[in-house]
Amino acid sequence: MLAFYRRLYPYKSIFGWLNHEHAPTKRFTHREWAFTLPPDTYVRYQSFADAEDLKKQVCQLNPTRFEIGPVYSAKPRDRKTVRAANFTPQLRELVFDIDMTDYDEIRTCCSGADICKRCWAFIAAAVHILDHSIRDQFGYKHLLWVYSGRRGIHLWISDKEAMELTDEQRRALVGWLTVIQGGKEMRKKVNVRQGSKPLPPGIQMALEPLGPIFHELILLDQDCFAEEEGWETLLQLFPDPDVVRGLRAKWEVKPLSSEAKWEDVKNMTKAGKDQKTHDNIKAAMEDIVLQYTYPRLDAEVSKHRNHLLKAPFCVHPKTGRVCVPVDPSTIDRFRPERVPTVSQLLRELDEAGASAGGEAAAEHHSDWQKTSLKPYVDMLDRHVAALMDETRRAKRDAGPDRSW
Amino acid sequence: MQGGEDRRKAQAQKNIVEVEYHGTKGLRYPHRLNFYDKPPSGDITIEEFETCALDRLRILAEIESSFVRNRPWEELSKITLAQCEKYLQLNSNSAKTVDKEAQRKKDHVGHFVLRLAFCRSEELRRRFVKAEMALFRVRYEKDDAQELKDFQNSRDFGWEEVSAKEKADHEEHLKAASAWSNRDVNVLTDGYYKVKWTRVPDLVEKRRVFLKAGMAWVPSREQSSIVFQEFQANLMKALEMTAKALPFLDEDTRIVPILNNLSQGFLAGVSSEWSTATAGSGNEITADMIDDMARKHFPACMRNLHECLRRDKHLKHFGRLQYGLFLKVLGLSIDEAITFWRRSFSNIQDDKFNKEYRYNIRHSYGLEGKRANYPAKSCQQILMSDQPGTGDSHGCPYRHFSPDNLQTALLSMYSSQGLTAADLPEIMNTVKAGHYHVACTRVFEITHARQGVAKGEGIGGGESVTHPNQYAARSRELEREREGASGKKEDDGDVVMG
Ligand SMILES: [Zn+2]
Repeated sequence: MLAFYRRLYPYKSIFGWLNHEHAPTKRFTHREWAFTLPPDTYVRYQSFADAEDLKKQVCQLNPTRFEIGPVYSAKPRDRKTVRAANFTPQLRELVFDIDMTDYDEIRTCCSGADICKRCWAFIAAAVHILDHSIRDQFGYKHLLWVYSGRRGIHLWISDKEAMELTDEQRRALVGWLTVIQGGKEMRKKVNVRQGSKPLPPGIQMALEPLGPIFHELILLDQDCFAEEEGWETLLQLFPDPDVVRGLRAKWEVKPLSSEAKWEDVKNMTKAGKDQKTHDNIKAAMEDIVLQYTYPRLDAEVSKHRNHLLKAPFCVHPKTGRVCVPVDPSTIDRFRPERVPTVSQLLRELDEAGASAGGEAAAEHHSDWQKTSLKPYVDMLDRHVAALMDETRRAKRDAGPDRSW
Repeated sequence: MQGGEDRRKAQAQKNIVEVEYHGTKGLRYPHRLNFYDKPPSGDITIEEFETCALDRLRILAEIESSFVRNRPWEELSKITLAQCEKYLQLNSNSAKTVDKEAQRKKDHVGHFVLRLAFCRSEELRRRFVKAEMALFRVRYEKDDAQELKDFQNSRDFGWEEVSAKEKADHEEHLKAASAWSNRDVNVLTDGYYKVKWTRVPDLVEKRRVFLKAGMAWVPSREQSSIVFQEFQANLMKALEMTAKALPFLDEDTRIVPILNNLSQGFLAGVSSEWSTATAGSGNEITADMIDDMARKHFPACMRNLHECLRRDKHLKHFGRLQYGLFLKVLGLSIDEAITFWRRSFSNIQDDKFNKEYRYNIRHSYGLEGKRANYPAKSCQQILMSDQPGTGDSHGCPYRHFSPDNLQTALLSMYSSQGLTAADLPEIMNTVKAGHYHVACTRVFEITHARQGVAKGEGIGGGESVTHPNQYAARSRELEREREGASGKKEDDGDVVMG
């Protein structure tokens, strides 16, 4: 690990990403860092002057991982010397966490900590929807998606307005985006409309791309309604007992694929006795598509400014994989198992060193360039460049420096 | 923001505070509603400073109790308006015979003084903003339509009208955004306003708007949301600024005790002073009536003191003080008080009683020493000062008893008046949340249900208990009303018979 922190971790890129400009600002110096040290110590309220300072501490503590928190009104390190009223969270990226375990009740290929390329499709669908909704509806531009190292993905939004959101506003935004609600005991987890009235606008727009995803992923690939448990769950999502009875009678006698069963459902709407039954079945079908494919968010992570989230490029302790940035436009092709692990990167580094002769012995900031970490750091750097451009533009428009 | 800038801002804030006392500019309030953007100017006496704040605090404390009690908005609004009528009238421009300027100035000053008192912790700020927001909303909803429009126009809320073309382009979405309501919506004829979505988080959270590129398209009937959100956000920001500046205020020794006192008012409500016997209570109270009265009319703190006195034949200093002043204000004359305490301390010899206790009793009646008329202790004082030690029986049982002991005590004190174990979970939840006076008010309602007191009615008009004497006085009043009513029935009967 220490070698990874010494030679590979991209401190400079992370600094730029959090700081939004080259010279250190409060966005970096007043930022909370928390370290997890083996076996199970957790050190909070660390803060650093710049990338060098961060690196020094990381290499000294050699943590299993570290997390990034909010920008406070004072340096977290000095918090004991300021009045409590003067130590409050001010800024923080808007963050989201999507985890595969929330899909356990749907996916048929794996469960628990396991993840395969088939179930990654759920994450990919979530990324598509969320990335588009946030850009289109909230107008944010600086979205960084980061693989969590095992079975999930994080989103960090660094737009100025997103950084400044209060907890109340964060809660509202999460409320707007949350569609799936209720625990194990709640069968129908989509309750976002009145009766069979139209879906609220944001969700309606999400439904369009989810239609084909539902077909591909739920009906064909996962074949969620093939077994009795699966189609019984499906039947419980229809409000009309006549409809349920009709479908069950048919499905009980003859094994049918999920696709065929969904055809049966579709035909029910056509055979609907009256307009109201028709509307009810149609609404139920839309809700089912949402329940099986709409992003499942861990809402608590996003609601509070002072929530800590694992820093990009940390290493997942169980898998050894690096938490690398992911490009949402190619998320469908992303393969978690191809993400580089620490041991692989260190091997690559050794090989590069051996071929280049002795000169590589010295520690160097850009050693990651010689490894398969390079495309990921490059991705972050492009993201940072866009952020810095924006900051420069905003500063120019605002005239002389005004606070942050 | 650099340290120097912090100081500059704080200095600026200090100047604002100073303006409150030393400014000379005249006041002018064209609108009944106030966004409190600017601090009041003009001279303000320290008495004015305190009264304006106290009267407003009564209302805010009652609003907070309403939240704790989960009152529906309509009920909260009704109670708040009734309180405002008593303590903080604010008439519309059409009112002719009242001094509207004076009313509005009182409203303005009270708000700013309470800002100083409530800016000092995150918790207090949050509660203050919530209560102030409710007060503003109650008034806003009752404002005259034209005056409300004038008020809205007096301020730039930053809303931009959605054009006909934009509405046509997004007709489906706008319709869908209104689908939650049963109202008929005609997107093309209704007015819509664009604002930054962060200005209307409540509408966003409930999905009652259409969102595009960070702008929320708000139907005109939801405009009030924008106003309320703005009010809240502004106030929170202002309070944070004031908190940073406050260390400078600590220099003003006249103000600080007042502020401390005010911020405690939220915990126990603001009581009126009870310093003399309730006038016109009719019958004199005598020493031997007290056992019976304690059972029927006393709040838990006084019931507890009474029972300790009967059990131990003694009470320690603070217990004597709390109970003695309460009895005085209840209407026990000095002679009866001496009789009462003499009999109660039955293990003590006459000369010891005369030497050690008689003087103190007379003193509390203002007959010795500096001859002051000491008021009885309010809930706030009982809750906040002279915390009871292990051997003491004074204080507030809701606050100072362990949960187990409190439940046992409440059942033994009040089951004869209708309190059952089934009532305890609700009471204990309120206690756990630190709203002791609300718990006490609930017990009052339960134990006076037979006199027709309904849940939520409190000690009358929804008001909460803020003083033990107020509790006892209201309880006796209810008893008299009932006796009066039954007596009247007999009279009626007589008439019929005659
Ligand atoms: Zn899988």
